[in-house]
Amino acid sequence: MKGGRFLIWPALAVAVGVPIALAATSEQLAWRGPVYILAGFAGIIALALVLVQPLLIGGVLPGLSAYRNRRVHHWIGGVLAFAGVIHVGGLWFTSPPDMIDALTFSSPTPFSPFGVIAMWAIFAVALLAGLRRRLGLRLRTWRIVHIPLAIVIVVCGVVHCLLIEGTMETISKAALCALVLAATGKVMVDLWRKRVLRGGELST
Amino acid sequence: MTLVVLNRRNLLIGGGSVLASGVLAAGASGLLPARAEGLAPTESMTGGANNYRKGAPIVERIGKGGFWMSGTVRRAGDGAPLAGQRIQIWAHTVEGQEHEPQSHGATLTDKDGAFRLEMPQIIPIFGQPHGHLAYDSGEFKTVFLRPIMRSAKDTSLEAHFVLQPA
Repeated sequence: MKGGRFLIWPALAVAVGVPIALAATSEQLAWRGPVYILAGFAGIIALALVLVQPLLIGGVLPGLSAYRNRRVHHWIGGVLAFAGVIHVGGLWFTSPPDMIDALTFSSPTPFSPFGVIAMWAIFAVALLAGLRRRLGLRLRTWRIVHIPLAIVIVVCGVVHCLLIEGTMETISKAALCALVLAATGKVMVDLWRKRVLRGGELST
Repeated sequence: MTLVVLNRRNLLIGGGSVLASGVLAAGASGLLPARAEGLAPTESMTGGANNYRKGAPIVERIGKGGFWMSGTVRRAGDGAPLAGQRIQIWAHTVEGQEHEPQSHGATLTDKDGAFRLEMPQIIPIFGQPHGHLAYDSGEFKTVFLRPIMRSAKDTSLEAHFVLQPA
């Protein structure tokens, strides 16, 4: 039983690796410049990281201590913000007017506002996480801030990704998105249950 | 892929028809019967002017061709076809990005107000396979269109202009 849990690691590798590998073989890449390709993959990697984040915080990944889980979650959060910068910066370089339209919420593409909202939510979480100690936010307060923003990141990120017609292969993209939603949902429900069981006294 | 594309199209078509009568220039205004006050002019589409380059040359064909952009140009009000109107076309294709000069070209409408220009295959850029068209000659009000392909595999695309005096 305990040994079986370690299958989560190869399963995660497949869930993340297959969509990235299939995107890497997309025929669309032939017609794109290196910066555009980089920008696209930064987005795909960001989606993959959004899957890892709830798994870490939920303690789902075997072999990691609670402390290690949280440290890695912090670092990946930073990488996620960096991936967002590369994604937006690369797209800006590729077509400035299209990126300006997106950032000002005046884009004709229905997926753009979702991506921009997810981006701001990622930046907000990263900023607040960096300032958390200085602001003296307790875990409970932090969760009140972080959990809604995490939901925004996940939902908007998934909608953004699903509506895009790009290098990602459709089925592997949908599967990755479904896993992101499922992992986030499960961890949120577990956290909520824990709180209810402890009578809402989780305030350390 | 088909599922997602269809969903987005439905969303766009639904949203477009709700938004305004003149917004959906590609097709809709061509199909609707003229109203009492006459045919409404086509409004520019959001993002239509992105990567526009002024004064693209009139060409036989953009690049090596293989894809057809076509449409009509009519006058607002009575819907009379407008001949000899210059329509500029550009897109991200297999031969170049949107902003690159070789991706741009122009053509003139025939006596029936129709235009048709061969260009390289359009491919998805910024998440949607789409083309850009402009009427920018000054006699009528400038209009920028940004029609979207139903599928990235389509080898043709249409856009229709109804112009009003500048």
